[in-house]
Amino acid sequence: MNSSLLSLAIWTPIIGALLVLMTGNDKNAYIARPLALLTAVVGFLVTIPLYHGFDHASAGMQFVEHAQWIPRFNINYDLGVDGISMLFILLNSFITIFVVLAGWKVVENKVAQYMAAFLIMSGLMNGIFSALDGILFYVFFEASLIPMYIIIGIWGGPNRVYAAFKFFLYTLLGSLLMLVALIYLFMNSNGSFSILEWHQIKLGLAPQIYLFIAFLVAFAVKVPMWPVHTWLPDAHVEAPTGGSVVLAAIMLKLGAYGFLRFSLPIAPDASHYLAPMMVTLSLIAVIYIGFVALVQQDMKKLVAYSSISHMGFVTLGFFMFNQLGIEGALVQMISHGFVSAAMFLCIGVVYDRMHTRLIADYGGVVNTMPKYAAFFLLFSMANCGLPATSGFVGEFMVILGAVKFNFWVGFAAATTLIVGAAYTLWMYKRVIFGDIANDHVRELTDLDKREFLILGVLAIAVLVMGLYPFPVTDVMHASVDNLIAHVMAGKLPL
Amino acid sequence: MLTNFVLPNLAPAYPELFLVTMACVIILVDVIFGARAACTRCAVYGLSMLTLLGCALLTAFTSAGDATMTFSNMFVDDAFGDLLKLIIYGSVALVFVYSRGYLRDRGLDKAEHYILMLFATLGMMVMISANHFLTVYLGLELMSLSTYSLIAMNRDSARSTEAAMKYFVLGALASGLLLYGMSMMYGATGTLEINGVLQALAMGQANGVILVFGLVFLVAGLAFKLSVVPFHMWAPDVYDGSPTPMTLFIATAPKLAAFAMTVRLLVFGVIPLAEQWQPMLLMMAILSIIVGNLAAIAQTNIKRMLAYSGISHMGFMLLALTTGVFNGHAALALEAYTSAFYYAVAYVLMSLAGFGILLLLSRAGHDVETLDDLKGLNQRSPWFAAMLMFVMFSMAGIPFFVGFFAKFSVLLSAIAAGLVWVAVLAVMFSLVGAFYYLRVVKNIYFDAPNDTAPIVAPLDMRILLSLNGLAIAVFGIFPEGLMQLCRQALARSLF
Repeated sequence: MNSSLLSLAIWTPIIGALLVLMTGNDKNAYIARPLALLTAVVGFLVTIPLYHGFDHASAGMQFVEHAQWIPRFNINYDLGVDGISMLFILLNSFITIFVVLAGWKVVENKVAQYMAAFLIMSGLMNGIFSALDGILFYVFFEASLIPMYIIIGIWGGPNRVYAAFKFFLYTLLGSLLMLVALIYLFMNSNGSFSILEWHQIKLGLAPQIYLFIAFLVAFAVKVPMWPVHTWLPDAHVEAPTGGSVVLAAIMLKLGAYGFLRFSLPIAPDASHYLAPMMVTLSLIAVIYIGFVALVQQDMKKLVAYSSISHMGFVTLGFFMFNQLGIEGALVQMISHGFVSAAMFLCIGVVYDRMHTRLIADYGGVVNTMPKYAAFFLLFSMANCGLPATSGFVGEFMVILGAVKFNFWVGFAAATTLIVGAAYTLWMYKRVIFGDIANDHVRELTDLDKREFLILGVLAIAVLVMGLYPFPVTDVMHASVDNLIAHVMAGKLPL
Repeated sequence: MLTNFVLPNLAPAYPELFLVTMACVIILVDVIFGARAACTRCAVYGLSMLTLLGCALLTAFTSAGDATMTFSNMFVDDAFGDLLKLIIYGSVALVFVYSRGYLRDRGLDKAEHYILMLFATLGMMVMISANHFLTVYLGLELMSLSTYSLIAMNRDSARSTEAAMKYFVLGALASGLLLYGMSMMYGATGTLEINGVLQALAMGQANGVILVFGLVFLVAGLAFKLSVVPFHMWAPDVYDGSPTPMTLFIATAPKLAAFAMTVRLLVFGVIPLAEQWQPMLLMMAILSIIVGNLAAIAQTNIKRMLAYSGISHMGFMLLALTTGVFNGHAALALEAYTSAFYYAVAYVLMSLAGFGILLLLSRAGHDVETLDDLKGLNQRSPWFAAMLMFVMFSMAGIPFFVGFFAKFSVLLSAIAAGLVWVAVLAVMFSLVGAFYYLRVVKNIYFDAPNDTAPIVAPLDMRILLSLNGLAIAVFGIFPEGLMQLCRQALARSLF
């Protein structure tokens, strides 16, 4: 009975998007908006049974669907989720609702296309998280570039074309190498594209390293890891608020998810072999990018760099190969999904009023927007990992995992708590506190009901996850244990 | 003496005979009813479409299943040929529909246009069904000569005349090379029949040096017709100089015919020499992918850009042809040639829609030729903007469009044949290619229109263009059916 839930999660938003597109031009925007919201809400509702029906004790794939797609190449429409991927489908569908709401008033140009692009992307990303066939994964992975490219390019800022190209080409570079890797695996597994079968095939160290590097290029660009991160600040700055939210909250997670689904289980020995490099790159992202964030003048850019830094934590956690590290990284991903979405939405709120993102143009916003200032404070604290917010849980687990792995790695990672607090709170201070900086700030109006609702729900999510993370960590235990056992066993003959 | 005359079995050639008869009827209609009258032009158009329909029915319902030879084994009717012919009828019919308005606006819709296109189609059909070097050559020349005159139809245009002249001179050279290669083959094997050549090669009694010498000329002639590097220089000039309907024509059906000719000669004929011709094709494929993609970046004229992109696509197709025989085994041959076939069909489908949209946007006194002309298409017509976006992403090889699985199957063949480095190179240059396709999408979606004139087009063109665009998406999501069709046609004819 539950077997078509994942298909529903993928295709509901996409079919809804086609309906939204049919409303045509902007004269019908009053139909397009509610229809898009309805689609997003229904799209979220159909994913809830995934959590309720999930068997916490099982490490295997659940809600499995299987259909032949292209028998000539043995490509199948195989879907399924485990404790690692299931939460992201919920997160993605949940965030989509806020993305639709965030563009409710601001977007007045080609509303139907805007909403449809986000809904299609949401469906495609659910596809990425639930695909169990390598090519199905790849197809969703690459197709999701198209709507994002269009979103940045049409509704973005002044330098949007550059950012859109950079985003597309960078990501394509990585994914094309991954395609070669997928075909290579197909050849070495007697003609199978099943990811789960690939986990079991025996490979020597050298092919594992090549595969690992091909996947690394694909996923490192997406995460993004230092030094292939430079597309992200551009994309974030130019994208409309909704685009930034999806980028930070979901798209970056695709890369990290890819490591857990492909790199670690398919090339476990290469993962161990290259772990020092991965840890180094992650630490550079965490520390160096943290300092880069400190000097940003533009709020969105600052949060973009903070995202890179936080994602560095995630990749760091993966390559600790212990339960705390990987689970912490997963919690960090979910938490970052909420927090970064909220941060970008907060910036969007003032950007919609002032049409500037420069920190220097603000000051004393608390005087005119007290409710806003309160929400922004909460999310800023979550961003720098204050206990009792969701940001703390993941970072703390990863740091514990890192200390277990090597004290100095843990020590270096822990400095992020200081740097992160520095750049976030300094920005907060300059924007919110102080005297009213100029007349534009004096004329600001506080949150309206729509904005209050969006930020309020996210605030609850951040607090609940910070105070009681058990429902999140509980579902992932079995799958993470299984993954670690698999990775530690390795594939090489002893 | 007459008593010895036996009428050859005409059944396998019914479509060709029907077409040539109808072309003559159309000439008569045009002459009798007066070329100027509006009803004549309608009649010519209608009859041309009917001709293609008739050919399609004849091809579909007279096929015997197994290969049937006729005209002293010079002509063959097999599943491979039938499928290619059906696709060619379809693409020529689409060319007729897409170009009608353009031609009418410019006073070019003369009966000669349709007659020459039908004769060119006949040439392609003969090439496809050829089982003899001379038949191949006959079909090729019929197609080429018709095409040269078609390009020069607009005789007041210096650009078109120049393009036609260039095409003619270089085309004649290529035909010469091909003919020379064929004569070498004849010298080495003592036969011009494609099956005969295969048998002679299998016996192993042919002179190897002469064979390889001839093969080089043969491959050079084919490469010219496929417009692959280093025999590609004519393509951008001809694509650019020709009136857009002719560009649409030469970018589609003749590519399939050239593909058929390549397969007939190299695979059906000289497959025992595969280890000799594969490296040649491989070098040309790699160079085409590199040069085509790099040169396309620099273009501001969209027809030139598509010409260079076509060069890179033909490179991909050749890449699949080079992976058939690997380590002396032909186990992968069927899969590899299927990939090439599918790639060619996918390319034709994309080209038709791409140039079709250029024709849709052109109107009297305004030809859409530069990338800037596409600016803001999304504001003028979101539907056709989406169609052109499909074409561009498909050409770039992004899923869910037909180009993705076409590229995918070629890469799969290449990696199966151990050419991993070629596959990596090919995907790297696909990345380069993505840049200029994205630039078109950028012009369509991100820029404000320069030209706000409403898009006027007849309903039949709108519907067919939409179906053409949707086919790119549908075959991208469900490629299996078309692939199996290509595979079965090849399997039934090859083995």
